[in-house]
Amino acid sequence: MAEDFEPKVVAFLCRWCAGAGADLAGTSRLRYPPNAIPIRVNCSGRVDMEWVMEAFRSGADGVLIGGCHPGDCHYVSGNYKTRRRVYLLRKVLAEMGIEPERVRLEWVSATEGAKFARVMREFVSELKKLGPLHLEGAERAAEPVAARGRS
Amino acid sequence: MPNPRPDARGPRIGVFVCHCGKNIAGTVEVERVVEALARHPGVVYAARHEYMCSDPGQDLIKRAIKDHRLTGVVVAACSPTMHETTFRNAAEEAGLNPYLLEIANIREGCSWVHEGPETTDKAIRIARAAVEKVKGNHPLAPTEVGHADKCLVIGGGVSGIQAALDVANAGYEVVLVERSPSIGGRMAQLSETFPTLDCSQCILTPKMVEAARHPKIRLLTYAEVESVSGYLGNYHVVIRKKPTYVDPDKCNLCGDCAKVCPVRVPDEFNRGLSPRAAIYVPFPQAVPSSYTLDEEHCLGLNPLRCGECAKVCTVGAINYDMREERIEEDVAAIVVATGYDLYGKERMTEYGAGTVPDVIDALEFERLLSAGGPTRGEVRRPSDGKVPKEVVFIQCSGSRDPELHKPYCSKICCMYTAKHALLYRHSVHDGTAYIFYIDIRAGGKEYEEFVVRAMEDERILYLRGKVAKVYRDGDKVIVWGVDTLTGKRIEVAADLVVLAQAMVPSVGTEELARKLHIACGGEGFLKEAHPKLRPLEALTAGIFLAGAAHGPKDIPEAVAQGSGAAAKAIAILSSPTLTHSPEVAEVDEDLCSGCAVCVPQCPYGAISPGEVAHVNELLCEGCGTCVAACPSGAMRMRNQTDDQVKRMIRVALGEPVEVGRG
Repeated sequence: MAEDFEPKVVAFLCRWCAGAGADLAGTSRLRYPPNAIPIRVNCSGRVDMEWVMEAFRSGADGVLIGGCHPGDCHYVSGNYKTRRRVYLLRKVLAEMGIEPERVRLEWVSATEGAKFARVMREFVSELKKLGPLHLEGAERAAEPVAARGRS
Repeated sequence: MPNPRPDARGPRIGVFVCHCGKNIAGTVEVERVVEALARHPGVVYAARHEYMCSDPGQDLIKRAIKDHRLTGVVVAACSPTMHETTFRNAAEEAGLNPYLLEIANIREGCSWVHEGPETTDKAIRIARAAVEKVKGNHPLAPTEVGHADKCLVIGGGVSGIQAALDVANAGYEVVLVERSPSIGGRMAQLSETFPTLDCSQCILTPKMVEAARHPKIRLLTYAEVESVSGYLGNYHVVIRKKPTYVDPDKCNLCGDCAKVCPVRVPDEFNRGLSPRAAIYVPFPQAVPSSYTLDEEHCLGLNPLRCGECAKVCTVGAINYDMREERIEEDVAAIVVATGYDLYGKERMTEYGAGTVPDVIDALEFERLLSAGGPTRGEVRRPSDGKVPKEVVFIQCSGSRDPELHKPYCSKICCMYTAKHALLYRHSVHDGTAYIFYIDIRAGGKEYEEFVVRAMEDERILYLRGKVAKVYRDGDKVIVWGVDTLTGKRIEVAADLVVLAQAMVPSVGTEELARKLHIACGGEGFLKEAHPKLRPLEALTAGIFLAGAAHGPKDIPEAVAQGSGAAAKAIAILSSPTLTHSPEVAEVDEDLCSGCAVCVPQCPYGAISPGEVAHVNELLCEGCGTCVAACPSGAMRMRNQTDDQVKRMIRVALGEPVEVGRG
């Protein structure tokens, strides 16, 4: 039943912006659905696109990558690298028959707790519409395609 | 609770779950988290405490580390930004390497934002993922690095001067770089300062002289920072010092050179209200006290086309063969105090600025009020030199106007406009001063009292409302506005209009920020590391911010921030050694093919290519962008390898844990 479906999400959050924004959402007691398990990284640029594939292989229905706004990256330019990698990964996913919308890249600043909560709500509701990810067929394709970001 | 089936040879992880009073325990069933984690492979001990950060809570962790010979610890509690250091220190006290302790954030990221039984399930997954991470962690030690023994201060305004003096008085060497021929900055251009009406130059010049004479300060005026490389404690700076063609040790400021110079160009210090020669001194109290020959406007030095100034210089101070100097310095810390400009008045087309000569900006008015200014302190308008009898001051000109100009409040304009109107009334007793304002923001010590004095004692007409249009009519400047308190349309036939222009970062701030690898915010002001708790620091370690380059500020704030930045720099200079995080990238030389894909990924130039890539640990800030780009898995992030993260992913998604690894 689509209504009972609770998508599983992994959220890679950079510590300086998106992670701090998530902390602010917490401090501000903003409610959002508990579907995503956050994994903290120093920079969104650390997120290897293989991690996203690993998440899909391990049962995730969606992956969120949260970084600093363009121009605000604590490490100067990591978020630009991520943007290019995600752009490419989405193309690969589409080729594999996985909806590219299952990977969401969001810029959330340390002051945007409300935005973080909103993104979480939106993403979970979109994933509910997409339904569970079925990897039959796609999974076979996933193995040899090393979706590494050579940006 | 001890694990019923501990693995004798594998990792021995302890998990400590915090109630945080009701903050976590209110929505997370802490006991269920403890039970679940106690059964997690590799966990040999799991416990809970009301407040894990309290001394008894920390003692619980320390005892367990010893009693259960733990090889790793997970504390499931608040965000790592809160207590990671606390718990890592506790672990170290118990003999466990601090990098073998990880925080599972089950408060900000869980208990505070969810409700219902899923909250506990999520907390369990977060904690399990942290256990998987810590299983793969290695003991690390911060790298000890020596450092340079100087501080660079960029910008010789009052904030930079204060920073330089404080560092120098603490006994450390300072290199003070100023772009223009003299230090002093904007404050040197001001007439008097609010709210005390102190003469601005009179209170500033002693500091300028002290900075110039200080044995620990190397003053480089007419100089700019060309490049910056390195890292906290060891920045290498290249400075370009333009030739002034005048030896400051010989120049006696007689001024004969300027009298014979045939060139006349607008005087920048007087905001173009008076001319200057190509050889000039910006103002009489300039430091260093010397004339400067402005190469750009001189008739020609190579070949020499005029040479009049050298002929009349009786002390032989003028030297046409002077060349640009390239100066290199190694510094431990950098204070950026590059100040502000006014938002160009010519952008205010609705106020006729740039086309109507008697519409001037606030700094021009400061020069008109200054005894050393183009009118010797008499208020005379630019067009015909007449004393204006009706003066309109327009506040928020370019500020608080997100549609057309700048969205922010420039903070100091309410105060200096009150001062302007008051000084005008003191100068022209029969004159009338009008001030158009949106709000009066007088938050500062004795500021409100000053504005009240201007309103009540000085009979300045405050009109609440915006000015719609300013145009020229004969020798009058007509101002159309609305007084929103009475609802009446106001028309003033003024003799002079003064625009309180928005403050903007000084020209070149963004370019300098790029050289320093520090960030500018949306409006171009330098960005601090944290708006509340780290307002003096850039996000790049060892670089500090002072004065209006960071945002609109008045003089006391700029001075205080200069001192604060100096204290931060002194903390670095006075440390015997500095530490650098060991959680950085490293190369597995057996796997690296030398393809150098990683090299351009690094924003710090920390990776050098070769047979195999090499990471300079001290330059690496640990972002991991190179790691994600490495096509052969040779670039690794210490204590956050791909293998660790993938195991975290699997556990977070509820996959069973492979036992026997770790």
